Amino acid sequence: MMFDSPMLLLLTAGSGATVGTYIGLAIIVLGLLALLYTSIKAIEVDRRIVFLFIFVAVSIPILFPITFEEKATPVVKRIFDKIESLPEGSRILLSFDFDPAMAPEVQPMADAVMRHALAKNHRVIFMSLWATGQGLLDRTMQRILPNEFPDKVDGVDFASVGYTAGNEGVLNVIVSDFKKMFPSDANSIPLDSLPVFNRFSSCKDLDLVVTFGGGKPGAKEWVLFVGDKANVPVAVGVAAVVAPQMYPYFPNQVLGIMGGIKGAAEYESELIKHYPQFAEQPTPGMVMMGPQTLAHIVIIAFIVFGNVAYFFGRRREEKP
Amino acid sequence: MKKTSVIILSGVVILFLVSWLVKGASLSGEENPYLQGFLTTFAAFLTLAVFSFLYRDNPFYKFAEHLFVGASAAYWMTLGFWQTLVKKLIPKLSDGLANFFEVPTEEHSYWYFLPVILGLLLLMRLSKKGGWLSRWPLAFIVGYTAGINFVGYLRSDFVKQVSSTFVPLLIDWQGVGHFFSNFSLAIDGQFVMMLANVVIFVGVLCGLVYFFFSKEHTGLFGTASRVGIWILMITFGASFGYTVMGRISLLVGRLTFLFKDWLGLIS
Amino acid sequence: MKRQVPLLITFFVGTLLIVSIFSPATENLGEEFSVFFDVIAVFAFFLGGGNLLRVHLTKISRKREDWVYSVVTLVGFIVMLWAGLFKIGNEGGIAASVTEESSLFGMVFYSVLIPLQSTMYSLLAFFIASASYRAFRAKNREATILLVAAFIILLGRTAFGTMLTSWMPPSLSLAEIPNLAIWIMNSPNLAGQRAIMIGIGLGVVSMSLRIILGVERTYLGDDGK
Repeated sequence: MMFDSPMLLLLTAGSGATVGTYIGLAIIVLGLLALLYTSIKAIEVDRRIVFLFIFVAVSIPILFPITFEEKATPVVKRIFDKIESLPEGSRILLSFDFDPAMAPEVQPMADAVMRHALAKNHRVIFMSLWATGQGLLDRTMQRILPNEFPDKVDGVDFASVGYTAGNEGVLNVIVSDFKKMFPSDANSIPLDSLPVFNRFSSCKDLDLVVTFGGGKPGAKEWVLFVGDKANVPVAVGVAAVVAPQMYPYFPNQVLGIMGGIKGAAEYESELIKHYPQFAEQPTPGMVMMGPQTLAHIVIIAFIVFGNVAYFFGRRREEKP
Repeated sequence: MKKTSVIILSGVVILFLVSWLVKGASLSGEENPYLQGFLTTFAAFLTLAVFSFLYRDNPFYKFAEHLFVGASAAYWMTLGFWQTLVKKLIPKLSDGLANFFEVPTEEHSYWYFLPVILGLLLLMRLSKKGGWLSRWPLAFIVGYTAGINFVGYLRSDFVKQVSSTFVPLLIDWQGVGHFFSNFSLAIDGQFVMMLANVVIFVGVLCGLVYFFFSKEHTGLFGTASRVGIWILMITFGASFGYTVMGRISLLVGRLTFLFKDWLGLIS
Repeated sequence: MKRQVPLLITFFVGTLLIVSIFSPATENLGEEFSVFFDVIAVFAFFLGGGNLLRVHLTKISRKREDWVYSVVTLVGFIVMLWAGLFKIGNEGGIAASVTEESSLFGMVFYSVLIPLQSTMYSLLAFFIASASYRAFRAKNREATILLVAAFIILLGRTAFGTMLTSWMPPSLSLAEIPNLAIWIMNSPNLAGQRAIMIGIGLGVVSMSLRIILGVERTYLGDDGK
């Protein structure tokens, strides 16, 4: 069977396959064969059948997970290496420039980079250019900091200044005067009274900026109005849709790119390799690569079948 | 209301209540289990209401869509009020208000009445007679955006892009003999690295030729334009691949919520 | 008054922003204008809220089709606004972050806005799957190039792509699908994106100049003509 072998090959590469996985994959294979048959016979398929198919194809590997080994590609590893090579106490700014729509892709990157920066004892400043980013930022901090870094002190080891309106206007100010745009942190404490902001006046005093996003304002604005203007290294973690647009900036204007869930999975794998203590923590990026892989295969099959139907349809039309 | 609509609505209400009670009971060890149970069930209900659009447009989807519009507008307004007006504007204008909102006071600057006036003029857009006054703040916004983008785009998206395109085409070149004796298709090999730079240089040039419409695309110019299309097609193919990846991730995220947080089927 | 003042404001603000890059004397003014811009942006949010109220109240009062859903919009709007502006249930009091998880505002954000927004976008997965089956046809050379590039990226970004070609010798490692995907991203994709970027960059620069100099006036509406 033409689709049996790739599916079986997939199982041999992944780990954690169960009986449910095999049954689920068998259902998908049978479905694909049925779709191939309808394509050849030029039978009209209701779009809702296609919707149901993609629902099943994504659900099965979530319910019966298969995980794959990930290896960081150079474009992701450069970000990891930069954070790793900075001396302890370096100042890193993490900007949560995303909304719930992008969160499944971008949140795992933000979690992994946050864990890495704090584990390396860097001083971390959190902010957001998106109103929705502040809600997600607060939630991330409440989820990770008290449980995994109980000894880290707010205002000393990290601080959140939250969101402020103004898009690139915000960046235009913080590049030369951070406290003018953010006079106080998210809890209304003046920045001057927080040790993490000692001898810190603008983005020029940062050792690294990592922005997580996928819209406007986001990675592009950080490059245009901070990275290039103040010569601050900027690394980006972006939704997959935006990732290809970031490549012209790499490597001169952008230190590294984490693109989509694959970028997150690569960073997570690199983090666990160097910091085994985080193996106990959730790795949503790596977990999501199972359903992602299967869905990619199904989408490729859809395109091939669509073209098969097109090919047979044309042949039928050409016949007298 | 039709009989079938009443039956469907009743079924959804019953399912919601059952889910709420079961979820609340399953969270009994946690703080406010039934509140948490309600919130999780409501989030799941909204998720399924949006998914129901895939079958066809229906009242559940319309309910979810309209709720989103209202709550979202209020969310942005609230964040704007607390994070910008309270933290940045009020300390510049009034100590009394700053103390009321418990934000640090700052040196007063009455220049800050200017954006307030412009902001109020912007709200005049809601009035039929004074609507034209909203053009003043609009002019400020447009002028500001044009000014800031002029330099930013010129520096980062034009000058730096052009300079990054002039890359060495012969990397680690030690003569033709050395090149052919060490020829390989290894990803980090000399040939592949040189090929990458050639594709970048030629690709950018041909891509720009394709976008240049002031000259007819014939002869050498036409050939360059054709190569430009191919490069752009690869670019769009890559973008399509990444878009599929991104959209699937979002679906995985939602289904994980349903199976894990709501139904508890996976740990 | 209706036309000349806005054009003058645009010219003054735009020119000052450009000059502030080159001259330290005006740098501070440029920063002040950025803060002003932020404040006005918040009033734009209020304008959006006001407009939403006007549209839906009109719809309800005139009992237009689907007016019941306008009630839903208004209830969502008012509850969220009330919870946020009064920081209902905020443990840290008035000074604490408005999005604190325990507050009513935080709860509505987590259990209403997050599921709604993320599910709306996840619908696109279904539509892109359906489009893949129905619309992507290798009708000509260009479309075939696009599809082949997409296949390589789709396979190359998963473990499946690694498996298919992991038997390749190191001297042919470019032909491994994941490496090919990386090469496509770093080379032809970069070139294509850069050509687009340069084109857009020049477009933004020329449009900015047209706006600042008052040649482009469409933002003024009909009176701008």
